[in-house]
Amino acid sequence: MKVLNIVETAYRATLEEQDDPVVWILHALKGAGAEHSVVLSGNAVNYAVMAQGVPPLLFGDKVQKHAPRIAEQVAGLVAKGVQVMVVRECLAARGIDEEELMDGLALVKQAALPKVMNGYDQVWHW
Amino acid sequence: MMGKKTLTFLLMDAPFETARTTTALRLIDIAARRGYDINVFAYEGAVYLPLASQAKHANAVHGTDAAEEDHPLPREWVAAVMQEAVRNGGKLDWVNCGLCVDERGANEAIAGVRRGSPADFWKMAGASDNVLVIPTR
Amino acid sequence: MADYILIESRDPFDSTETGNFLDLAEGLSKEGSEVALFLVQNAVMAARHGAKAAALAALAANGVKVLADSFSLQERGISPNRLMAGITVAPLSAVIDYMAAGRKALWH
Repeated sequence: MKVLNIVETAYRATLEEQDDPVVWILHALKGAGAEHSVVLSGNAVNYAVMAQGVPPLLFGDKVQKHAPRIAEQVAGLVAKGVQVMVVRECLAARGIDEEELMDGLALVKQAALPKVMNGYDQVWHW
Repeated sequence: MMGKKTLTFLLMDAPFETARTTTALRLIDIAARRGYDINVFAYEGAVYLPLASQAKHANAVHGTDAAEEDHPLPREWVAAVMQEAVRNGGKLDWVNCGLCVDERGANEAIAGVRRGSPADFWKMAGASDNVLVIPTR
Repeated sequence: MADYILIESRDPFDSTETGNFLDLAEGLSKEGSEVALFLVQNAVMAARHGAKAAALAALAANGVKVLADSFSLQERGISPNRLMAGITVAPLSAVIDYMAAGRKALWH
């Protein structure tokens, strides 16, 4: 079963979870044998930006050491052979230049998504 | 007569926060009434949906005591759709994502809920006629 | 060619991403798929005749079957007689029907 995962929501609970929970489960599913690909759309296109990152959180004297490394998470999917596509129009709408993006991604036009989707058995929208 | 189907749902929302919870359980109930085999993978806050310790309360704004208020509890809805599925010749396999349970302390679920992992979701999805992921925002 | 059931739970007054989801529905239809768009929860807010939801009105005229959840409409006091042209009231069971028929199912 080939699955296309369209990821739209971004930066939801990433600091509490030390991961993006959707990107995380896509890693876990790959490990379980999933044959899947990813489209980053909406605000999730920012997950392709290399420069993102936060310092550790501090609440009182509690230091939360392991900040989420979203760009590394996404690059990790690419390294595992998961095709990661990014919607061009969503990048443009947010003023994100291609130079800001990590390597290994495929940029797709919004209008191309139907054809892409038709190549998969399931399409899951996150 | 409709053929029996197997449907898998992935839920992410905690109870009492979003209309998605009610809609998801309405969909699952419809499938249960048809006697379908249903799989639910509860991810993130959705592991709280079958939490055994959800409790009814009085409502001073309504002027009701706990019994009169009869506040909705998603754990009752989950238990009810489980029974509905069985009544109609199907079943509901509810799997709580174990890591999500641990970080939320949501260990005590109602009877019939089991602990699992994303590998279970992949297995359920692969064995289903169809899958619906209901994401959170 | 696969067919689709797209479930829209958000309204265009709250989220601009609904526009992209409607575009997806139209694009899939133009590619040759049968597409049903099921409006549920606050998405039905856009279904009232006179609502500023031009994209939805255009979609209904462009080959996509647009359905509105009867429960969500009732919850918001939207009479079936007050829907924009091309939108049909349907029970939530329609989603299960489409899923059972094998349509790829996406929730937005």
